[in-house]
Amino acid sequence: MKGVRLDDTIAAISTGGMGAIGIVRMSGGDCIALADKIFKGKKNISLLQKKSHTISYGNIIDNRTNDIIDEVLVTVMKAPNTYTKEDIVEINCHGGIIVMQKVLEIILNNGARLAEPGEFTKRSFLNGRIDLSQAEAVIDLIQSKTDISRQSAMNQLEGRLHKKVSDMRSRLLDMIASIEAVIDYPEHDIEEDTYQTMEQKTTKMIEEMEELLKTADRGKVIREGIQTVIIGKPNVGKSSLLNWFLEEERAIVTDIPGTTRDTVEEYINIEGIPIKIVDTAGIHETGDIVEKIGVEKSKNYAEKADLILLILDASCHLEQEDKEILNFIKDKKTIILLNKIDLEQKITKEMLIQYTQNVEVINISVKQNIGLEQLVQQLKKLFFEGKAISAEDGLLGNVRHKNALYQAKEAMEKALTTIITHMPEDFISMDLQVANIALGEITGDCVDEEIIDRIFTKFCLGK
Amino acid sequence: MSYIADIIDVAVIGGGHAGCEAALAAARMGMKTVLFAISLDSIAMMPCNPSIGGSSKGHLVREIDALGGEMGKNIDKTYIQTKMLNTAKGPAVYSLRAQADKVQYQLEMKHTLEKTENLRIRQDEIIELIVQDNMIKGVKTNGNSIYECKTVILCTGTYLKARCLYGDTITECGPNHLMAATKLSQCLKDLGIQLYRFKTGTPARMNKNSIDFSKMQPQYGDDNVVPFSFENTPEDIKRNQVLCWLTYTNEQTHDIIKQNLHRSPMYSGVIEGTGPRYCPSIEDKVVRFADKQRHQLFIEPEGENTEEMYIQGMSSSLPEDVQIAMYRTIPGLEHCEMTRNAYAIEYDCIDATQLKISLEFKNIKGLFSAGQFNGSSGYEEAAAQGLIAGINAVKYIKGESPIILKRSDAYIGVLIDDLVTKGTKEPYRMMTSRAEYRLLLRQDNADQRLTPLGYELGLISQQRYQHFLQKQQQVTEEIKRVSNVIIAPSEVVEELLQKYNSTPIHTGIRLSELMKRPELDYQKLAVLDTERPELPFAMQEQVNIQIKYEGYIKQQLKQVEQFQKMEKKLLPEDLDYSTIKGLRIEAQQKLNAIRPVSLGHASRITGVSPADLSVLLIYMEQQKART
Repeated sequence: MKGVRLDDTIAAISTGGMGAIGIVRMSGGDCIALADKIFKGKKNISLLQKKSHTISYGNIIDNRTNDIIDEVLVTVMKAPNTYTKEDIVEINCHGGIIVMQKVLEIILNNGARLAEPGEFTKRSFLNGRIDLSQAEAVIDLIQSKTDISRQSAMNQLEGRLHKKVSDMRSRLLDMIASIEAVIDYPEHDIEEDTYQTMEQKTTKMIEEMEELLKTADRGKVIREGIQTVIIGKPNVGKSSLLNWFLEEERAIVTDIPGTTRDTVEEYINIEGIPIKIVDTAGIHETGDIVEKIGVEKSKNYAEKADLILLILDASCHLEQEDKEILNFIKDKKTIILLNKIDLEQKITKEMLIQYTQNVEVINISVKQNIGLEQLVQQLKKLFFEGKAISAEDGLLGNVRHKNALYQAKEAMEKALTTIITHMPEDFISMDLQVANIALGEITGDCVDEEIIDRIFTKFCLGK
Repeated sequence: MSYIADIIDVAVIGGGHAGCEAALAAARMGMKTVLFAISLDSIAMMPCNPSIGGSSKGHLVREIDALGGEMGKNIDKTYIQTKMLNTAKGPAVYSLRAQADKVQYQLEMKHTLEKTENLRIRQDEIIELIVQDNMIKGVKTNGNSIYECKTVILCTGTYLKARCLYGDTITECGPNHLMAATKLSQCLKDLGIQLYRFKTGTPARMNKNSIDFSKMQPQYGDDNVVPFSFENTPEDIKRNQVLCWLTYTNEQTHDIIKQNLHRSPMYSGVIEGTGPRYCPSIEDKVVRFADKQRHQLFIEPEGENTEEMYIQGMSSSLPEDVQIAMYRTIPGLEHCEMTRNAYAIEYDCIDATQLKISLEFKNIKGLFSAGQFNGSSGYEEAAAQGLIAGINAVKYIKGESPIILKRSDAYIGVLIDDLVTKGTKEPYRMMTSRAEYRLLLRQDNADQRLTPLGYELGLISQQRYQHFLQKQQQVTEEIKRVSNVIIAPSEVVEELLQKYNSTPIHTGIRLSELMKRPELDYQKLAVLDTERPELPFAMQEQVNIQIKYEGYIKQQLKQVEQFQKMEKKLLPEDLDYSTIKGLRIEAQQKLNAIRPVSLGHASRITGVSPADLSVLLIYMEQQKART
């Protein structure tokens, strides 16, 4: 059921700092007790006994497997002197974004809920921490962020995951409908699932969920990342830059050639930051008329990207086409790379000033390996300042799905126990419905009338 | 020439199950009430199946009784067979169902109405509502008399512009050839009320003497009778029970139906109304589930002083000759003599989103409605709404806030919330799957949930309330006692556990822990519990359920706690949602149309997203801070 929960424990990655250190933040509910379950302090003192606004040093432990996940600093802040006026726990992680994500996942598995976009701010407002005049900003934040997450959810849904989960849900609905139909029409000759059949079906679905969770782990870096597009005229060095990224062996994960006809997508991982690079190298290769189309296409890719790397050839004069692109990228998150600065420089940073109010310009030479380290630092900065928006949303979107899948699996395991101990069907149905709602969060289906619809599609009932 | 016949508080239009409860509640709460019915001989008539209760409907009857309504008491007086269904499916879905003696049921209810102080029943058709400045002022009868009143409760059931159909026979009449109410619809439309057309149907009745029961399986009632009313004990209502019978359709039946489908008004397009999936006609069943080789039929007596039998499972709108042919293919019905043919009925009703959650019309003050007119189906659903409409009409007159049962309080709450929030595209039937907190909304604890409210309203007597409190106390004490009894390992214990295939114990264990094992319960462990007081069955059941399913109950209580928080965030009634910045247009429109009472209520409206709810929440805080 949709709703707004008001004071349960929420959690999210808050990429405040730069570099590999990031914060996982929790607020509300039993967040201190929750943190205590997954934190092992060097001094072995329970977080519950800590005074407010103190920092403890220790490890985050996955309490399912007892694995040590990261070495962290945990800050405990007790209500009401906190940002949200609720209890807050902040976990400073050291191991980069992937580790932070893992920490978040463990927190969610222990009963916290992933914060909605803008939810910390919302609570802060609702608890009277933020001034009234800021309320409208909060509303804007909620609506706009929600649109972004919705978009990113849509993208993820097109995949195999959606089909698999939908299929599982359909079978789950069948099971629920069978139980419910018999309950609502006790004297009809409905073919009931036996406990044995239910056990088999449930076991099979648990196995499938486990399998799906495993692929979610494997494919995590593959499916996520900052959508980055390299654009620029032909021969400015787009492919060279891409090759440099790849040749530097910065943790290449995989490559999937040509998801679109004329681009190559590469997935790289720079010091823990997953980046998906779209190389538009192929765009300009078919002659004069295509020049125009080329610009349009570059624009199209740029439109969809989280981050644009615009390469200009510093050894040539600025042309009309370059200006068009520069005008276009004004409002986008962009890094301009002035390539070939080892040659005679015809374009300088100063010349670009009218285009570059919000844009970082870096002088590079891919060939001579100049300025590239600066580029990497700049990428990291953008990421950890949370400026490449869907990096955050994309990652969290997936954590959300994974978390939902975990919940579904847990409910199914509970259902299995209920079945094996031969509890009445009503209780089995209760557990199955929890799983159904969790899976529905992944597929985005509305659970409302679904069960009843299924009952009447499947069975012939009535007086 | 019209004249003022009387000045009253509450006018109830219609004497069906909704009308009876509405009128009784209003009168019992001290209001001068008149119930109008087209025929007083059709008060509390059961024009379709001869039974009360069943899955989730039984829950409704229990709740009606717990609040001080009449349906439970009336069926206890007039039942001829009773059964607790679903006893193997879990305590939340145990469902009581009783076969009624239809005529007796009507007579008892009519007599109760007649004897009730402040209540008058009147045989007349209401043709007009008198409304001034969007406020109810009175009603006008077909005989031109005017009753000035403060509230009106519309309980017109299936009578508004009703027409009955089978084959190409179309009769402009209500159920059972009773006169239809043909004039009120236009008046309602003129008042800006939108009307819809729904359809339902009923099977044929047969003379018992023409049926060969040797070809059918007998269906017995329960030996251990459970009364519907919390006021009665099993001993109070014990009596001889009648038999029902089970038989089936077959290929031959289906062939006849298929060959004659074109003669059914449903399939030829004559019927415009939307029918329920919940009680499809036999034509629907055969078409929609073509590979099903047989459909079951229950043959049920309509009463003790009649030979008429109801053929449950075979409603139809086929022509009479086809009906006779198809019924006669059924084992046991080969020579059946029809007393009344099956028919479909169409009638005017509303989309209940035009109502507030109190069942008062949003646009007309003092006008309430209940029952099939609101788009529901079933006697129990109607009675439940009637009771609430009656209570809230009184609240309205007294200037007090209405009684709103939450989804976590009662099935009645689920029913009304669904109807007024989502509306319905087909006659709405109560189902246990609609109640998200059903483990808490059990039929056994309806009194615990609602009797204090019934007492507060003046619908439950002092004596009954004291009795209720005593029961609650005894149950609580017994739960406490059982939780403190320690069972030590012994041969007797060993033997008992073995008997039920339960793991042996090696150390002392609480009796309450043993009860939680799926294979054991309170009754089975009686021999080990030497100090056990003797309690009535209803109390034993309470103790057993509350201990045995404690974990699940706690889990749902936690969910309810979350739910309540949202329900407590009240939204002002006159809020113009189009002025709230940040709400999506669709949400603004839906919210302005439904006018939810709380944030929780708003969350159940289709088209309102979680982000919209956040915006509302913030808006409300803003308002609070400003005032």
